[in-house]
Amino acid sequence: MASLTRPTRPDRSPGGVAPGGPVRRLAGLLHRRPSIRLAALLAAPLLWLVVAYLGSLGALFVTAFWTTNEFTGDVVKVFDLGNFRELVHESVYRTVTLRSVGVAVAVTLIDTVVAFPMAFYMAKVASPRAQRWLVIAVLTPLWAGYLVKAYAWRIMFSGSGVLDWFLSPVGGHGPGYGLPATVVTLAYLWLPYMILPVYAGLERLPNSLLDAAGDLGARSFRSFRTVVWPLAFPAVVAGSIFTFSLSLGDYIAVKIVGGRSQLIGNVVYDNVGTANNLPFAAAVALIPVAIMVIYLLAVRRTGALENL
Amino acid sequence: MTLSRGARIALRVAMVVGLALIYVPLFVVLVNSFNADKTFAWPPAHVTGEWWTRAWDNGGVRSALWTSVKAGLGATAVACVLGTMAAFAVQRYRFFGRETVSLLVILPIALPGIVTGIALNNAFRTVLSPLGIQLGLFTVIVGHATFCIVTIYNNVLARLRRMGTNVEEASADLGADTFQTFRYVTFPLLRSALLAGGLLSFALSFDEIIVTTFTAGAGVQTLPIWIFDNLFRPNQAPIVNVVAAALIVLSVVPVYIAQRISGDTRAI
Repeated sequence: MASLTRPTRPDRSPGGVAPGGPVRRLAGLLHRRPSIRLAALLAAPLLWLVVAYLGSLGALFVTAFWTTNEFTGDVVKVFDLGNFRELVHESVYRTVTLRSVGVAVAVTLIDTVVAFPMAFYMAKVASPRAQRWLVIAVLTPLWAGYLVKAYAWRIMFSGSGVLDWFLSPVGGHGPGYGLPATVVTLAYLWLPYMILPVYAGLERLPNSLLDAAGDLGARSFRSFRTVVWPLAFPAVVAGSIFTFSLSLGDYIAVKIVGGRSQLIGNVVYDNVGTANNLPFAAAVALIPVAIMVIYLLAVRRTGALENL
Repeated sequence: MTLSRGARIALRVAMVVGLALIYVPLFVVLVNSFNADKTFAWPPAHVTGEWWTRAWDNGGVRSALWTSVKAGLGATAVACVLGTMAAFAVQRYRFFGRETVSLLVILPIALPGIVTGIALNNAFRTVLSPLGIQLGLFTVIVGHATFCIVTIYNNVLARLRRMGTNVEEASADLGADTFQTFRYVTFPLLRSALLAGGLLSFALSFDEIIVTTFTAGAGVQTLPIWIFDNLFRPNQAPIVNVVAAALIVLSVVPVYIAQRISGDTRAI
């Protein structure tokens, strides 16, 4: 280790650091020892993400096995499966879970149906110049913000709102606040997250394949079904990870446009806030996490994770 | 490519209808911010600019906006440092658990916000409160930085991959040490990637409400929290509407900056 004290090569630095100065010596040490360099780089991010973040998550999920004292509201730190037993046996939690999954599936399907033709037009039909503008047009609303967009739909769905006004000439009226309004609002919020991966996936799809399908006699629908859709499917799944997971954890949009409807997120929120029952909230919060892990494992084989 | 005339027209119609669906609700908010009537009725009967001046003079809005800016800048600064370090480690070294780092960085944004929110809330209250640190702006910044790291990480990682190590080796051969190489060679090449990632990170933080709800103390109100708190108060409706309309107008700014950055380097 004697070599640490002297510079390894003559100093020719443009910054004019004195030969053998402490900074220069540290730089030399880092240069010779990649492992120290790596440790220095990784220490702070890992301390933050593993110790602070994963540590918090771990602590939260340990509390799921605890309970609260019914009289004092204090957390009782004794291992107990009561929270999970309640989740399984109380039918209301099954209903809320199924409803949340149903909303997430509906949002994903709507986004797929709306986004696919738009992404296809952007990637394969529009001119390169128009393509650039269309990407900007789709991206810009992303920056307008979650609450602003949820608020916009609150106006759309409100009594004597825009939908009522629009539908009144044909004798109809808007659905008002409720689950359908929640599905529409969430689908609107996450639409760009579906368009962009599908657009990127379709852009990678070689035009020659579509030409070949046409030359072999396939009509538009047949080339779509046998060529475009199978090749673009991983990109659609990549988009669905966003739309599905973001819908599953949401509790704000449903408060704004959902009327009295409740999703998993609301149950978690109410147990942390009004009920002050963190152990039970943690147990409920495990439901969307478990569903997402299963979903990610299921779609891993499609290669969707490389399309994110 | 060959598409039938019918298919071409159908796709064009789908594109136009899709864009209309995206922009009509935003347009309604913009128009409604000039609605003279306090209770919402469509279409507006009278038009006024009064709500805009009232919102501008509203102290709650101003201080919430300022809090949001501070939180966004703080979280972005932390995320820039941590994200860049993690990206360097993953791109330039081979080590055990390397694949896991990418997963770990994505996790805070992949898990539902409420899970991250209550986990951090629980940890802050048990670990920081005994040290005398209460929930406040500091804990908001910590919470936001956690899920902002991924934007910087992804941008810097992609840039490092494309950059290769040739220029850095050349710099070392010419006698520059590790720090000089970073300062004079690597950092200038990373700058636009950091700017693009930082923009996204600031926007994520500026827009965040769920994690903020659980990490902000009673006295700290970011703009999304202010909007949500006032959303259900009928007499605040016109001000909320103006704030929403202003945010829609302002959303053009980051898109413009992103286009300027990507114009010469294709960073985004």
